[in-house]
Amino acid sequence: MHGKLQVNKKGTLLRIFKTLFSFYPVMMPLVVVCILFSAIVSSLPSAFMQNVIALVEKYWATGDWDGVSGEILGLVGLLVVLYVLSLISAFAYTRMMAIITQGFLKKLRVKMFSRMQDLPIRYFDTNNHGDIMSYYTNDIDTLRQMVSQSFPQTLITLVSISTITVIMLYYSIWMSLVVVAGVALMLVVTRKIGGNSAKFFIHQQQAMGHMEGYVEEMMNGQKVVKVFCHEEKSKQDFDSWNDELFQASESANRYANILAPVLNNMGNLMYVLVAVAGGFFLTTGLPNLSFSGLAFGISIAVPFLNMTKQFCGNIMQVSQQINAVVMGLAGAQRVFTLLDEEPEQDEGYVTLVNAKEDAQGNLVECQERTNVWAWKHPHKADGTITYTRLRGHVELEHVDFGYNEKKTVLHDVSLTAQPGQKVAFVGATGAGKTTITNLINRFYDIQSGKIRYDGINIRKIKKADLRRSMGIVLQDTNLFTGTVMENIRYGNLDAADEECIAAAKLAGAHDFITRLPEGYNTMLTGNGANLSQGQRQLIAIARAAVADPPVMIMDEATSSIDTRTEAIVQAGMDALMTGRTVFVIAHRLSTVKNADSIMVLEQGRIIERGSHEELIAQKGHYYQLYTGAFELE
Amino acid sequence: MYKQLAKSIREYKSVSIKAPVFVALESLMECMIPFLIATLVNEIKAGCSFETILLYGAGLLVLAGLCLLFGVLAGFMAATASSGFARNLRKDLFYRIQDFSFENIDKFSASSLVTRMTTDVTNVQNAYMMIIRAGIRCPMMLIFSFIMAFLMGGRMALIFLAVAPVLGFGLFFVIRKVMPIFRSVFQKYDNLNGSIQENIQGMRVVKSYVRQDFEKKKFEKAAQEVCADFTRAEKILAINNPLMQLCMYTVVAFVMSFGSYTIISSMGVDLDVGQLSALLTYGFQILSSLMMFSMVFVMITIATESAERIVEVLSENSTLTSPENGATQVKDGSVDFEDVSFKYSKHAERMALSNINLHIKSGETIGIIGGTGSSKSSLIQMISRLYDATEGVVKVGGRDVREYDLEALRDQVAVVLQKNVLFSGTIKENLRWGNPNATDEEMEEACKLACADEFIQRFPEKYDTYIEQGGSNVSGGQKQRLCIARALLKKPKILILDDSTSAVDTKTDALIRKGFAQFIPDTTKIIIAQRVASVEQADRIVVMDGGTISAVGTHEELLKTNQIYQEVYNSQNKVGDDDAR
Repeated sequence: MHGKLQVNKKGTLLRIFKTLFSFYPVMMPLVVVCILFSAIVSSLPSAFMQNVIALVEKYWATGDWDGVSGEILGLVGLLVVLYVLSLISAFAYTRMMAIITQGFLKKLRVKMFSRMQDLPIRYFDTNNHGDIMSYYTNDIDTLRQMVSQSFPQTLITLVSISTITVIMLYYSIWMSLVVVAGVALMLVVTRKIGGNSAKFFIHQQQAMGHMEGYVEEMMNGQKVVKVFCHEEKSKQDFDSWNDELFQASESANRYANILAPVLNNMGNLMYVLVAVAGGFFLTTGLPNLSFSGLAFGISIAVPFLNMTKQFCGNIMQVSQQINAVVMGLAGAQRVFTLLDEEPEQDEGYVTLVNAKEDAQGNLVECQERTNVWAWKHPHKADGTITYTRLRGHVELEHVDFGYNEKKTVLHDVSLTAQPGQKVAFVGATGAGKTTITNLINRFYDIQSGKIRYDGINIRKIKKADLRRSMGIVLQDTNLFTGTVMENIRYGNLDAADEECIAAAKLAGAHDFITRLPEGYNTMLTGNGANLSQGQRQLIAIARAAVADPPVMIMDEATSSIDTRTEAIVQAGMDALMTGRTVFVIAHRLSTVKNADSIMVLEQGRIIERGSHEELIAQKGHYYQLYTGAFELE
Repeated sequence: MYKQLAKSIREYKSVSIKAPVFVALESLMECMIPFLIATLVNEIKAGCSFETILLYGAGLLVLAGLCLLFGVLAGFMAATASSGFARNLRKDLFYRIQDFSFENIDKFSASSLVTRMTTDVTNVQNAYMMIIRAGIRCPMMLIFSFIMAFLMGGRMALIFLAVAPVLGFGLFFVIRKVMPIFRSVFQKYDNLNGSIQENIQGMRVVKSYVRQDFEKKKFEKAAQEVCADFTRAEKILAINNPLMQLCMYTVVAFVMSFGSYTIISSMGVDLDVGQLSALLTYGFQILSSLMMFSMVFVMITIATESAERIVEVLSENSTLTSPENGATQVKDGSVDFEDVSFKYSKHAERMALSNINLHIKSGETIGIIGGTGSSKSSLIQMISRLYDATEGVVKVGGRDVREYDLEALRDQVAVVLQKNVLFSGTIKENLRWGNPNATDEEMEEACKLACADEFIQRFPEKYDTYIEQGGSNVSGGQKQRLCIARALLKKPKILILDDSTSAVDTKTDALIRKGFAQFIPDTTKIIIAQRVASVEQADRIVVMDGGTISAVGTHEELLKTNQIYQEVYNSQNKVGDDDAR
C-alpha cells in the first residue's frame, strides 16, 4: 500500500478542476451554469411560499376563498413554472454530470496508462506492481463520488446558503446573526466529526491494505502453509491484522453514523434558538435592524424559522460529502504523482529506415518494405546524412554499470559480437548476465564506457528503433490476453497468419498449438494460465521469430522446456538463430555449448572467454562448472 | 445462503438487535418534532407569551436530546455490529481456507480469495449496516410520517398515498433498468484492470517490441467501452434526482393550493398555517425515505453477489481431514505405494497416476525423472497426504498415511514444493517456519547444508536480511536454497525435493546433494529433477511417463535398458559426453 502522503488539498483541488475544464471546455461551464440556475431557482420558491402563507394569514379569518383564490393560485402557478424550470435544469445537469464524471475518469485512466507506457523500466523494477495497480483500482475510484456528487452538491449549497443569507439580512440583521452564529457552530461540529470520520476512513483503508497484503501473501503461499503445518500460526497473525481493521472500521463508521443525527438535532436546537430569539424580540419590542427597514413582527419570525430549517438542511447535505472529498483528494493526489513521473528520456536521433542499394551500390532510403534496413544517421556538424546497413554488430567497450550510484554490478565489460555470431553468458545467479542484456537495449543506461551497434553509439539511436532491431525472449514469459495468433503477431503487427504459423513452426510451437482446443484461435487468459511454462516459452520464441530482428537476446529462454523437448525443438532454435547475432543466457550448459564465444561472468566481471573447446582446454572456471558434478565425487 | 452468513454474526447479535430498536425510537422522535414545531408556530402567530415559547422550546430540546441520544446510540451500535460482522466473516473465511486441502486450494485462485476477503466482505458489511439502519429507518419514517400527516392534515395526507407509489415505481423502474448494466460493466471493469496488470507485468515485452502505442490504443478502446456502459447506466440513474424533485414539487403545489383553500374556506378549523408547513415537512420525509429505501435496495442487490461468493468459500468443506487420535509417531522413512491410482477431481477423465507400485527403503536416495506432465509431482504429493490416493494405499513407516495425525505426518515428511514461496520477513523468520524453536546454530547448519549460508553471509544484515513479499529481492537460485534450508530445519525422516534446484547452478546443486549424503544419511531423500546429473548418483532412479512408472533402476541400468532415460540423458550430454570426462 501507499505510504502516508501529505495531502496538498488546495493544489490538488485546483488541479482536478483544471483537468476537468481541460477535458470538457464547453460542457463544464455549461454544467456550472445549469447548477447555479437550478440552485437559485429552487431556493426562490420559499419566498413565494412565504407570500402565499402571508395571504392565507391575512384572509383565513374571513373565510372568503373566492376573494383570494385568484391571487393565491396565481402565485402557485408561478411556483409551478419555477419548478418546471428547476426540474429541467436539474435534469440537464445530472445527465451532463453523468457524462462528465465517466468521461473524466476514462480520460484520466487513459492518461495514466499512456504515461505509464512511457516510464522507464527502472520504474517498474523499483515499484511494487501491486502499488502501481492500486492507482487504477483504488485511487481513481475515489474520484467518482467526489466529481459526480460532492462538487455539484457543494456548489448548490453555496448558492442556496448565500441566497438565504441575503433574504435573511433583508428581513432582520439581529436574527440573521443568531442564525449565522448557530450555523458557525454547526460547521465547527461538522468539521470535527467529519474530519475525524475521514481520518478514520483513511486509517481504515490503510488497515485494509495491511490485511489485504497479508492475505494475498498467505493465499499465494497456501500450499507452503499446509506443508509446514503453519495454519495455526497464520490464523494468529491474521487475527491481529483483522482486529486492527475492525477497530479502524468501527471508529470510522461510528463517526460517519453520528454525523447525521448530531447535525439534525443541532438543526432542531437552532430552531428552538431562533424561536426563542424571535419571541424575545417580539415581546421586548427591541428596534429591528434590517435592509428592508421592516419592523420586526410575526410575518418575519415565521419565515425565519423556515429559513433556519433550510440552512441546516443544506449543511446536512454537504456534511454527507466530507468523506468522499477527503478520500477523493488523497486519491487524486496519488494519481497525480503517477502522472508526474518522469518519462523515459530519448535523445537519440539515429533512426531505422527501409533502404535499397542504388546503381552505385550505395544505400538509399526508400518508403516501401525492402527487408533491407539501414541506420539513418544525420550528422549535426556538417548537415550530411549517412546510411549504415543494419547488420547486428554489437560491441561493448569498458562498460561499467550499477543499478544505483553506490553499487557497481558490472566492471569493465568489453566484448564484440560479429553479425551472425552466438555469444553466451554463463555464470552464477547475480553475476550480471541479465544486466548486460538490459544495457544493450537500453532498459538501463551505462555509467561509463561505450556500447556500439553497427558502429554507432547506442545513445545516438532512437530507443524505439534500437529495440525494434532486437528480439528478446525472457525467462518469465509474459503473454497477453488474446488468441495464440494475436500473441505471436505481437512481434510484428503486420505479419500475416501464414507468417505467424511459419514462426510457430520455426520455434517448434506449431505441434502443440494445433492440439489446443481451438488451435491458433485459442484464447489465452491470465498470462496463458492454461498452458505449461514450457509451452508459453515456445510461444514467446515464436513471437520473437515473427519479429525477425537481426539481434536476439535469449535470457533463459528454454529453461522451462525439459531437455528432451528442448532437443526436439533444437533444430528450430538453430534455424531461428542462424544469420542473427544472438546473446544467450542459460545455466544449462548444454544450451550454450555451441556458441561462438562464451563469456564466463563472476561478480560482474568477465573472467574467461572463448569457445567451448577453448574454455575446456583452459581448465579454468568454465571447465570446473562443466565438469563440476563429476569432479566432486 | 443467508443462514450461512448469519452464523458469523455471533457476539454481535445483541448490538445487531439493539441498533434497529434505537433507530426506530429515533425515527419516532424525529416524527414528533415537526408536530411540536407546528404547534409552536401557531402559538407564535396567535401572539403567545415569551414563557410559552420557552416552554415549547424546552419540550423541543427534550425531544431533540432524546432523538440525538437514540441516534448516536443507534449509530454506534450499527457501526460495531457491521464492523464486527465483517470481522467475523473475514475470520471465518480465513480459518476455513487454512483448513483447505490442496484439492480445495486448487479450486479457487489466490486473487479470487483475496477479493472475497476484501471487496466482497466490505460490500456485505455496508449492506448489513444499511439494513439495520436505513432498512429499519425508512419504513419507520414512512409509517410515522404518514400517521402524523394524517393526524394533522386529514384527507390532505392522501396526496402522499398518491405520490409515493409513483416515486416508488419510478425508482423501481430505474433500478431494474440499471442493475443489469452495472452487473455486466463491473465484469468489463475487472477485465480492464486485469489487462492493466498484464501490461505492468509484461512491460519488458511491451518495451522491447516497442508496442507502447499499440497498448495505448488497445487500452483506450477498452476504457471507452467501460466508460460508455457506465455513462449509459449513470444517465438512467440521473433520472432519480429530478424524479424525486418532481414528486416533491407536486406535493408542494398541491398542499399550497388545496391547503390554502381548506384553511380559508374553513376559517382555520380544518387546517391551520402551522399544520400546513408541518405537512410539507412530512411530505419531504416520506419521499426521502422512499429514496433511501431504493438505495438500500441497490446496496443489497450489489451485496447479494458478494454474499454468494463468500458463502461459496464458507460452505466448501475440506476434502482431507486429520483422523481422530491419529498416530503421532512415524517409525522410519520408508515409503510404499501399493496399487496407487490418483486423479485430481472426481470428474476428471484421465488418471494422473495409475497402478503405481513402489517401495522405498528408509534412508534411500531416490531420483525421479520424466517429462513435463508425467505426474512426478503428483506422485510425491501422496506421501505427505497433500492429496489422497483415489485408489490403493500409500504407506509411510509401514503405516497407511491416512492413519497418521496430519501434522505429525507432515512434520516427518518435508516437501520442498516446485512452486515455492518465501514470506515477507527476515531470513530467520522464514527459516523458523521449519522449526519455530530453531537456534541460530541450527539455522546456520541447515543453511550450510543447503549451500545458502555462503550467500546469506554476503548480505550486510546476514540472517536478519529482510525478504520482500514472494522473495522478490533474492534470485531464483537463492530462493530455492532458502526453501531447502527451511525444510531441512524440520529434521524430517523423509525429505522430498520437487525440482527444487532447477535455478541453482550445477556445481552448487552437486554440493547440496553431496552434503545430504554426508550429513543426513538416514533421511530418505526423494529428488525430482530435470537434469540427469541431479539424480545420477541416487540409489535408484524412477522414470515416470504419462502417469505410470516406466522403469526403476540405477543410472547404469537405466542407461542400458530404458529408452526414455537414454533420450533425456543424450539430450543433456549430446556433445559434451566425451570431452567432459
